[in-house]
Amino acid sequence: MKRNIKIKAVVIVAVILVCIYGIIGLPKSKAELVANWKHNIHLGLDLSGGTQLVMQVQLQDAFKTNADRTMDRIKDELQKDGIQFTSIDRNDPNSLETADKIEIDIKGVPVAKSSAFRGTISEQYPEWILTPLNSTDYKLTMKPTEALKLKQDTMSQTTATIERKINVLGLAESSVQPTGRSDAEAELLVQLPGVDDPGHVKQLLQTQAVLEWDEVKDGPYSTRDEGLTKHGGILPLGTKLVPTETRGGQQSWYLVSRSAIVTGTDIRDSRASQDPTTGRWETGFVLDQQAAKRFENYTANNIGNRAAIVVDGQVISAPTIQSRISDSGRITGAAGQEEASDLALNLRAGSLPASIVYEEERTVGPSLGADSIREGFRAGIAGLIAVVVWMLFYYRRSGINATLALVLNAVILVAALSYFDGVLTLPGIAGVILTIGMAVDSNVLIFERIREELRAGKAVVAAVDAGFSKAFGTIVDTHVTTVVSCAFLFIFGTGPVRGFAVTLVIGLVANVFTAVFVSKTIFDWELSSKRQVTALSI
Amino acid sequence: MELFRNTNYDFLGKKWPFIILSLLLTAAGLTSLALKGGPRYGIDFKGGALIRVAFAQRPQVDKVRAVLNAKGLNADVQEVQGKQEDIIGIDVREDRALQSARQNIVNTLTAAFGQPANGKYNVNAGGADALANQLRGPLQNAGVAMNDQQVNDLATNIIGYRTQHSGLIRNLDDLRSVPGVTPQVLNVLKQQVYPDTLAVVGVDQVGPRIGAELQHKAILAVLYALGGMLVYIAFRFEWIYGAAAVVAVFHDTIITLGLFSLFNKEISLTVVAALLTLVGYSMNDTIVTFDRIRENLKLLRREKLEPIINLSVNQTLSRTVLTSGLTLLTALALFLFGGQVLNGFSFALVCGIIVGTYSSVYVAAPILVFFNNFMESRKHPAGSAASASKAPAAPKAAAAQPKAPKQNVRGGTAKVK
Repeated sequence: MKRNIKIKAVVIVAVILVCIYGIIGLPKSKAELVANWKHNIHLGLDLSGGTQLVMQVQLQDAFKTNADRTMDRIKDELQKDGIQFTSIDRNDPNSLETADKIEIDIKGVPVAKSSAFRGTISEQYPEWILTPLNSTDYKLTMKPTEALKLKQDTMSQTTATIERKINVLGLAESSVQPTGRSDAEAELLVQLPGVDDPGHVKQLLQTQAVLEWDEVKDGPYSTRDEGLTKHGGILPLGTKLVPTETRGGQQSWYLVSRSAIVTGTDIRDSRASQDPTTGRWETGFVLDQQAAKRFENYTANNIGNRAAIVVDGQVISAPTIQSRISDSGRITGAAGQEEASDLALNLRAGSLPASIVYEEERTVGPSLGADSIREGFRAGIAGLIAVVVWMLFYYRRSGINATLALVLNAVILVAALSYFDGVLTLPGIAGVILTIGMAVDSNVLIFERIREELRAGKAVVAAVDAGFSKAFGTIVDTHVTTVVSCAFLFIFGTGPVRGFAVTLVIGLVANVFTAVFVSKTIFDWELSSKRQVTALSI
Repeated sequence: MELFRNTNYDFLGKKWPFIILSLLLTAAGLTSLALKGGPRYGIDFKGGALIRVAFAQRPQVDKVRAVLNAKGLNADVQEVQGKQEDIIGIDVREDRALQSARQNIVNTLTAAFGQPANGKYNVNAGGADALANQLRGPLQNAGVAMNDQQVNDLATNIIGYRTQHSGLIRNLDDLRSVPGVTPQVLNVLKQQVYPDTLAVVGVDQVGPRIGAELQHKAILAVLYALGGMLVYIAFRFEWIYGAAAVVAVFHDTIITLGLFSLFNKEISLTVVAALLTLVGYSMNDTIVTFDRIRENLKLLRREKLEPIINLSVNQTLSRTVLTSGLTLLTALALFLFGGQVLNGFSFALVCGIIVGTYSSVYVAAPILVFFNNFMESRKHPAGSAASASKAPAAPKAAAAQPKAPKQNVRGGTAKVK
């Protein structure tokens, strides 16, 4: 019996030590203790203050871009192989759900060339499925596996780009991750601790920053229709009409080349600077080696022609090429320093492969978070004190047992959060308080059972044993049922609700350990240290 | 000390008034829900935006509403209890609209209740970096010798002070107590910045798609949780026990939802968490009683079911009152001191604990009795109830036995000692 208690005591002390180490480490001073505590216990945004954004990535954009590129390549390929066609076009899926319904239609391929055409397409574009519509028209749809891959790639690229943007902004400890909801593949969760006015950040993250340097073929026109009528209603192959920014209510249109000479991905670095003569803000950029060569060739051959700098589908400026330019350029026309440096930041961070839409924003100012901590803490302490006082009053000496078990339960809970890198949120605190409730219940169940056994005339040791063993079945049943409901909370819940479920489950597991194992050991120890037990303070 | 000792209340004898009460409460809840067109969903479920504004001196809520509505902002204004704060709800579901609405609300409120800027910087908006940038030049010009780091620390301390005071600095003179604020610095502060009398301290915005999805998932979570528990209890006891427990819990949930509807409280995500918690609590309570019934069925094989249930409820009465009382105490603490954010949560818990405790005795247990009587009347259509009722109790106990062999063994050891 005594040996048994010793082993149990060692187990309990070891658990306590491991827990305390997990919470505060091995501090050498008070300052270090506080630092370790802060390092180990992560507070959620609702307590520490900050902004949480849920955004939906418009995957259809990536599908359209992919189809556009494929169409350009097909055109070149068919021309090279001498296969004629009358038109090539794609559909325009406008929602996330229809993204993978992207379709390229190629019409008017001569019957004589059909086998050559099929051969070229199936050989060169294995990621597409070719379906003939009739003898001359064909339809290309994306293979499901490729569509899935494109979706995943787009998501990871978007995540990486947003991460870069956040880093450039200097927002420490921010994070970008999938929301993790099973049917929300296109959602990202961005957490920005310490940001309490996210307007500017949101705008920056949302900017796609797709930069293109296009050839100007014609223009400017005052309206889109003017541009169209000038070309008989149909745009020349490989061109597009692009509007300028609206400045002072004025907007004009340019006809530019569809494929860009340089794009944002060719940019190595970008900085905002001030023109020394005019004092205007502008954004300078430096191209990488390959693009620089291409750019140099192009500018050398096109001196006197105009080029259009297009950012996010709008012409920012359309300068005339004065001389051969190799690896650097400037974008003028910024309204002020902020606009110029925002553009520089976006060019450096790279462009998003698809646009994003914000779906949820939760901003908690630091003062609101501090208030919540204070209130949650106060409520927790008030509840705990009330419970402890009542237990001591009602169960006397045995109440001490229950109190020790309660405190140990709380310690294990906090340590588990620290070891699992859990985050303490407001609903999490509620979970802690509920854990206290369950812990009290277990103790009450056991103690009432012991009292009953004593009343039935059993000896103290036997009554304690019987009380624990009879209550155990009930405790297991109640705990398992709650764990079952927590499991569903975790599966179906979102962020904060999940936090609640996790804390509660940890608390319940800890509770079985403290209320049953620890409490029983203390009883046994108390009872075995006396030679003859005639009464129990319960 | 003991509150209850060998009590022998006839709980089930007085079941009808309580069953009628339950039915009435459920009906009242359902009627309220039906009349108001379902629960009052918070923005978590219906989409929309909540903007939380702290005031140095809160204006009357009617005035705030009038000022906002005059600007065409169709806003729903709620006062935060115990604080100088208002929560302004607007039916804005799109992000761009939110940005402009937020700006519009702040501008409107500032114009009506705020302080004019007079070209100064508002110390109650923005973070430490912005404040440091604002102060660096003027401090230098005023001849205050501070390096960059010191200016940053000063700004951080001032913002820290603001955080500790509910997000508002009321008077610049209050800053004297902040480390680094010397009389010289205070002078510069007074020239450069002013404390506006209101500030946005929190924003919640949920798009309609996410809202609908959250609603769908919350309902699924509750239903699956109930199903999961039904299966577990059916496995541990008998299926009628599971069914009775689930009906009791369902009863609790409906009544709590009804109370939310009656008190016009909003259902938010945290309230759903609370509902699931109360489901857990109520279930907990029911299982404790059922456990005792199962045990007594084995011990007293000759007894009828109804007296056994009465005995079991009496035996567990002390624990029921204690546990429910203590958890109610914690929930009350949460309700009273937990602040606005947890208000709905703790309200649900307080209701749930009371209703959940009661439902174990007056909803779950009567179902067992009714089912038992029903089975008997089918077995012995014309037989006298008194002699026939003893028979089913024994097979029931026998059926429960193999499922709980441990219980049996333990009972044995207890007797040996």
